[in-house]
Amino acid sequence: MIKTRASGRTVGGLRTLSLQAPAVTLLFLWMIVPLAMTLWFSLQRYNLLMPGMGGFAGLENYEFLLTDPALWSAMGTTLLLVGWVLAITVVGGTLLAVLFQQEFMGRGIARVLAISPFFVMPTVSALVWKNMMMHPSNGVLAWLSKSLGLPVIDWFSSLPLTSVIIIVAWQWLPFALLILLTAMQSLDDDQVEAARMDGAGPLAIFFYITLPHLKRAISVVIMIEMIFLLTIFAEIFVTTSGGPGLATTNLAYLIYIRALLDFDVGTASAGGVIAIILANIVAIFLVRMVAKNLEN
Amino acid sequence: MATLTLNNVVKNFGDTQVIKGVDLEVKDQEFVVFVGPSGCGKSTLLRMIAGLESTSSGDLLIDGQRINELGPAERGLAMVFQSYALYPHMTVEDNMGFSLKLAGVSKEERRSKVLEAARILQLEPLLERKPKALSGGQRQRVAIGRAIVRNPSIFLFDEPLSNLDAALRVQMRIELARLHEELKATMIYVTHDQIEAMTMADKIVVLQGGVVEQVGSPMELYHHPRNRFVAGFIGSPKMNFLPAVAEGVGAAGVEVRLPGGGNVCVPANGEGIARDAAMELGIRPEHLELDEQGALSGRISVIERLGGQTSLYVETEGQLVTLMVDGDVAHRVGDDIRFGFAASRAHLFDADGLALESLERHPLASLTRQDNRAESKA
Repeated sequence: MIKTRASGRTVGGLRTLSLQAPAVTLLFLWMIVPLAMTLWFSLQRYNLLMPGMGGFAGLENYEFLLTDPALWSAMGTTLLLVGWVLAITVVGGTLLAVLFQQEFMGRGIARVLAISPFFVMPTVSALVWKNMMMHPSNGVLAWLSKSLGLPVIDWFSSLPLTSVIIIVAWQWLPFALLILLTAMQSLDDDQVEAARMDGAGPLAIFFYITLPHLKRAISVVIMIEMIFLLTIFAEIFVTTSGGPGLATTNLAYLIYIRALLDFDVGTASAGGVIAIILANIVAIFLVRMVAKNLEN
Repeated sequence: MATLTLNNVVKNFGDTQVIKGVDLEVKDQEFVVFVGPSGCGKSTLLRMIAGLESTSSGDLLIDGQRINELGPAERGLAMVFQSYALYPHMTVEDNMGFSLKLAGVSKEERRSKVLEAARILQLEPLLERKPKALSGGQRQRVAIGRAIVRNPSIFLFDEPLSNLDAALRVQMRIELARLHEELKATMIYVTHDQIEAMTMADKIVVLQGGVVEQVGSPMELYHHPRNRFVAGFIGSPKMNFLPAVAEGVGAAGVEVRLPGGGNVCVPANGEGIARDAAMELGIRPEHLELDEQGALSGRISVIERLGGQTSLYVETEGQLVTLMVDGDVAHRVGDDIRFGFAASRAHLFDADGLALESLERHPLASLTRQDNRAESKA
């Protein structure tokens, strides 16, 4: 028997702590250095336009940010963006997964096509949507509504947040579809047939058999998507630049504005710290939810 | 009351015909077993009866009513799957009550029906558990319970015991037979295991390549197989087949010459058999016995001792013959032995593999499970 002591695990009589140390140290530095710098900058008076005004600021940056209506608007926008995209991708992804599970001609090709948007770079897809889909004079959507005799919508000025949500949801729907389709394939055919024998119609099978089976996969989709959706930036930068006004400015974009448009590194860092706190609050709920789901 | 009739039922998958015109009559309260090698179409046939597969042509009738166009739930049947197919996210109680819930049965009535089924299957202590927390045998019982709760006219079983270990299989076999008696229901059971078929069935349907080879009671199939396939399929170890040549046909039967020169007169109807016609003689391993005056001889190449019985594999005229003899036989590998059999135990098959009809019927050939019971009570 190999004894395990508190000072370090031993495998085959070898102390593993020294072997793990390089990786652990590197990862720790990787995380702690930027975090420490952000925290440090957030407590500094540090504006690139005013090089003379430096020094310790205390909580001034936080005070300034927390009393700024732009922060609360950005938080609201972040939550709306994340919430809507999640709702669209999870509901749409589930329905599409059920659809693509059915046998039909050219199913393989249809599946690849449905998943392909995920492989398009965010900047590219945002540009395509901006200039070819939602453009008020050249866009496909404008052409469609014109040919139907309807008024043309200028998407990015009249429905800016909706437009961004549509673009981001279009990109992430394939991801949800991919994960849920894979999960669908592990659904036991016998179970579905047993349910049919028990008198379940298509709807009952969906709600009593398919959906419970997909529960775990759905929670994984929600977790992974949320991590990425909290930091959406490229789509906003390319299409609306956070506007009109602050209509599409989320937390990530607000930090960008403060740091690289206002050159106020101190406030931007304070915003970063707030974003970290927000992400952690979300993460606590998520990890709990997923852990509970995986247990069952 | 439920009878099932199949009239020339056919199933095509694309260009391949997997069920090639099956006629069958299942009586009320009968326990019918479909048996055959894998790929013979027995599961497909069961799924067609269940309504999970469409029927390409022919009629399915329950109590004389055509059910071809009815959906699986409307046929009033219940099926137990090989994989059990329990709903993993529901408790045992919800699993069993699912069909009633879909049918809109009230909660109290649902509970009482589930409890009744649970009592029959001794599942009461497990009602709150999820399938994951059950053993294989318990899952199997829940799957059966789910079928009982629906109070179906016919129970369908698709190889329900093949996922269980040997000891549990024996136990569940007895339990299923008991259940059949208690519920007085018509049951159709698919298996590739001939022991299950022989022990449980009132009537066995032997299928091969989508065709019914023979229908009959277990003892009828054993003693009077209709053709070479059924003869080889029923019985374990497998029946031995020896090439034989017809020497003459008389009132006492057919005289054939065996490999090695011995002559036997098998009491079978040899009408239409020409002299010198090539035939096959079938004899079961348990009907071969060591005999110094026996018609056959050979050298033992393998011995399998099971304790009570011993299997001898004997090389005879370039062919391996299996003997099932007493466990105390002291022969060793390499010994030369002579062996023989009672002519009435032998079966003759013509060039097409069809069995020649026996001149006398075996006294137990028409025995059913009901008869077994009547005797044991007396």
